[in-house]
Amino acid sequence: MKPAPFAYHKARTLEDAVAQLAAHKDARLLAGGQSLIATLNMRLSAPTLLVDINGIGGLDRIELTGDVLEIGALVRHTQAERSGLIATHAPLIARAMPHIAHPAIRNRGTLGGSVAFADPAAELPACLLALGGEVVASGPKGVRAIKADDFFKGLFETALAPDEILTALRLPAAKPDTRVGFAELARRHGDYAIVGLAATARAAGDKLTDVRLAYFGVGDTPLRARKAEAALMQGSIDDAVAALDLAPHDDVQATAATKKHLAGVLLRRVAKQLMEPVRA
Amino acid sequence: MPKHSVDICLTVNGESVAERVDARTTLVDFLRETLGLTGSHIGCEHGVCGACTVRMNGEIVRGCLTLAVQCDGARVETIEGLSDSGEVADLQRAFEERNALQCGFCTPGMVATAQDLLARGGVPSREEIREHISGNYCRCTGYHAIVDAVEAVARQRAGAKG
Repeated sequence: MKPAPFAYHKARTLEDAVAQLAAHKDARLLAGGQSLIATLNMRLSAPTLLVDINGIGGLDRIELTGDVLEIGALVRHTQAERSGLIATHAPLIARAMPHIAHPAIRNRGTLGGSVAFADPAAELPACLLALGGEVVASGPKGVRAIKADDFFKGLFETALAPDEILTALRLPAAKPDTRVGFAELARRHGDYAIVGLAATARAAGDKLTDVRLAYFGVGDTPLRARKAEAALMQGSIDDAVAALDLAPHDDVQATAATKKHLAGVLLRRVAKQLMEPVRA
Repeated sequence: MPKHSVDICLTVNGESVAERVDARTTLVDFLRETLGLTGSHIGCEHGVCGACTVRMNGEIVRGCLTLAVQCDGARVETIEGLSDSGEVADLQRAFEERNALQCGFCTPGMVATAQDLLARGGVPSREEIREHISGNYCRCTGYHAIVDAVEAVARQRAGAKG
């Protein structure tokens, strides 16, 4: 199919884009477009205006300031894949990146777009949640930071107001005792996950502390498995698997029971990764 | 005021093109309908099949997930350009010799994607080749022959250089 007609505006500044969103209630932002244009083509969405933010300068930077790594909303997956700063300071993102879609899509898709779209089976929202990062958003009332734990509200629903624009992701930079783990199961490499798990922790002797397990593909949003986190900090992988309190629904890919089983399989794999120091 | 149609200037296969396009026109429809470059195929129209793969500013993209209006000022190369310049002549020959195509519908996207990998140099493993073409569907060959062809060309090119 072909998209329904829409108007197009190429924004040159953030203020311009925010003003367009405020003036047109059913406008949509166009960043990488790798999900949006698919939904337009299938007429699952039919906005009257697309506000193209690709011409706004400064949104494609990756910068380390103190112990915070800031990734601009327009950083493309390929750019992130090749970034030395991300490999060193956000190894979880680096580990997740090859699982995301396919090369031609990674060349266009943006990190900000993926997080703002909030597909429950996507990798990056779960990574942001596992890292305990923040989303930076600009709107008519100014700039605010939203914690990952407060950002994902429901199916494709986030804490962003309709006239707010996600401008950057802020991630705590990895420290020497940082541990990360990532695994997902998909029918075909690059597809959306049947189940996936992004995790971070800190090493404390031979134990783990500050464990954050963020599952994707098992609910309406990426989900923390908090009971399993606590059990893993007690040191038992078996207890952590038994404590998994996920309630996935059946979907086109797998039944709820299969997903629940696979969530346990992934936890064992990721727990093993968390026991190992990060190799850059 | 935001407009429904927009004037764009770009280069397609080295030639300058200036056209007025509907904002909703995808790049692959623009190439096929407006420019008559029908080598880029339309399969799924939602980014899954890879038949519309073209090169934009040196990187492969989905023609169905890129709007023509976004290509203002861009350098676009299609299978026609890659073919006419001779850049993929060896790949085309290898695909034919190894039966890496049957109906040929996926082939333009497959060749463009394979060339994207091989242009990086070296001889990728079969695993890397499979990963790189994982976003391109072929419903005829079962992929083995395609991987064979890409691998053979990688070896030839590396040998020709060494």
